[in-house]
Amino acid sequence: MESLKTLNGKHHELAGSKYQLKVLNDESKTGKNIPAFTDKLLSIQLFPLKPTEIEIFQVNLGKMCNQVCQHCHVDAGPDRKEIMDMETMQTCSNLIGQYRFSVVDLTGGAPELNPLFRWFVEQIRKVNPTCKIIVRCNLTIILANKKYYDLPEFYKTHRVEVVSSLPFYNEGRTDKQRGNGVFKDSVKALQLLNEVGYGAAASGLILNLVYNPAGAFLPPNQEALEKEYKAELSAKYGISFNNLFTITNMPISRYLNYLLQSGNYSDYMEKLVTAFNPGAAANVMCRNTLSIGWNGYIYDCDFNQMLDLKVESNASQHINDFNFESLKKRNIIVNQHCYGCTAGAGSSCGGEVAK
Amino acid sequence: MKTYYNPEDLKKFGSIGEFQKPLADKFFDYYGEVFKEGALTAREKSLIALAVAHAIQCPYCIDAYSVDTTEKGCTEAQVMEAIHVAAAIRGGATLVHGVQMMNKVKEISM
Repeated sequence: MESLKTLNGKHHELAGSKYQLKVLNDESKTGKNIPAFTDKLLSIQLFPLKPTEIEIFQVNLGKMCNQVCQHCHVDAGPDRKEIMDMETMQTCSNLIGQYRFSVVDLTGGAPELNPLFRWFVEQIRKVNPTCKIIVRCNLTIILANKKYYDLPEFYKTHRVEVVSSLPFYNEGRTDKQRGNGVFKDSVKALQLLNEVGYGAAASGLILNLVYNPAGAFLPPNQEALEKEYKAELSAKYGISFNNLFTITNMPISRYLNYLLQSGNYSDYMEKLVTAFNPGAAANVMCRNTLSIGWNGYIYDCDFNQMLDLKVESNASQHINDFNFESLKKRNIIVNQHCYGCTAGAGSSCGGEVAK
Repeated sequence: MKTYYNPEDLKKFGSIGEFQKPLADKFFDYYGEVFKEGALTAREKSLIALAVAHAIQCPYCIDAYSVDTTEKGCTEAQVMEAIHVAAAIRGGATLVHGVQMMNKVKEISM
């Protein structure tokens, strides 16, 4: 059985962001000529990459999680202690109210494991009643402890959109990636969400699922796979949901470790580069997103956050010094991992991006 | 070690146009059209390609369509069943000729 320790808990060298960046920029690791991502952007007149309109305020509430998934870019797990405190949440909430972001995206780890999670959701609803609040719920948290059993009702009360990973519609492939027993618990959790109205066409309660490849390959066409997911989950478990997002695995953290350990790193990077799509590059999520770390630092996206690549806007790298004008004009930081968001139909927290 | 097959050559498939471009262009255009969503889904076509790849025992095609079917969301059971279809047809093709053999044997026997 796979160890439940994170890379951080194992003091693995890939737990460090500097070492990950070193690997990503080391040609000898691929043995192939992987062009610099900046050059790729230059060739399509997208460098320096600039924000379009900042609509999404993504907040990482902490790295603690009840699962240790093989592909996790956060290196989240039960042994992670980094967690957002009330003061930081309060500042986030003030910014959400002041700047009226249309989407607030709560992620982790398992965001619900932050003891202030519910308080924070209530605060957001008070200061910005019309925004879309998204929670990236890993599903199994709902069944992890009695105190989480009522999460579906809580989400419903506060009109929270639920986005949940389910890497495949069968047990074998899901459990390989997310751990033994995860598929069965995920099915139960989805049924509980359906019971309160999530995923039903007329309820207005949105339940979206996320597919990401359980291995060193790219995701399929989102629309085609969604049809299969819907047919399989409905026929076998009576589950309904709204949309399926297909997401490409980023070559960082635990997934980078998997690629290196399995001997797939070189081919995977080559595959990402070959599949580079200018249409996807133009619509990458970092152009309309700000990502806030558990300690209040500001990043271009959740991946840059895990690589500790803070926004280039020197005047505003922390929410305590938030300067929206400066952030809107910043150059977005890119590196070799960004090929993960520009391959094929593209990839973001909302799935494909190429129009 | 030198071998007749090199996995890296698969990535160079497109270079066959170096020696004869017009025919290569026609072939790749046709190939691309064939595998688009149509009366059959792209996924169904990929499974057929995988089965045919095994029947004709092309290592390049086996590699390519093992990845393609997996990327298109096929399960392990589905890809293996596709290969069994190829095996059944190949086996059947051998055995059905047994009728011809029987006909001949009967023809020359008392």
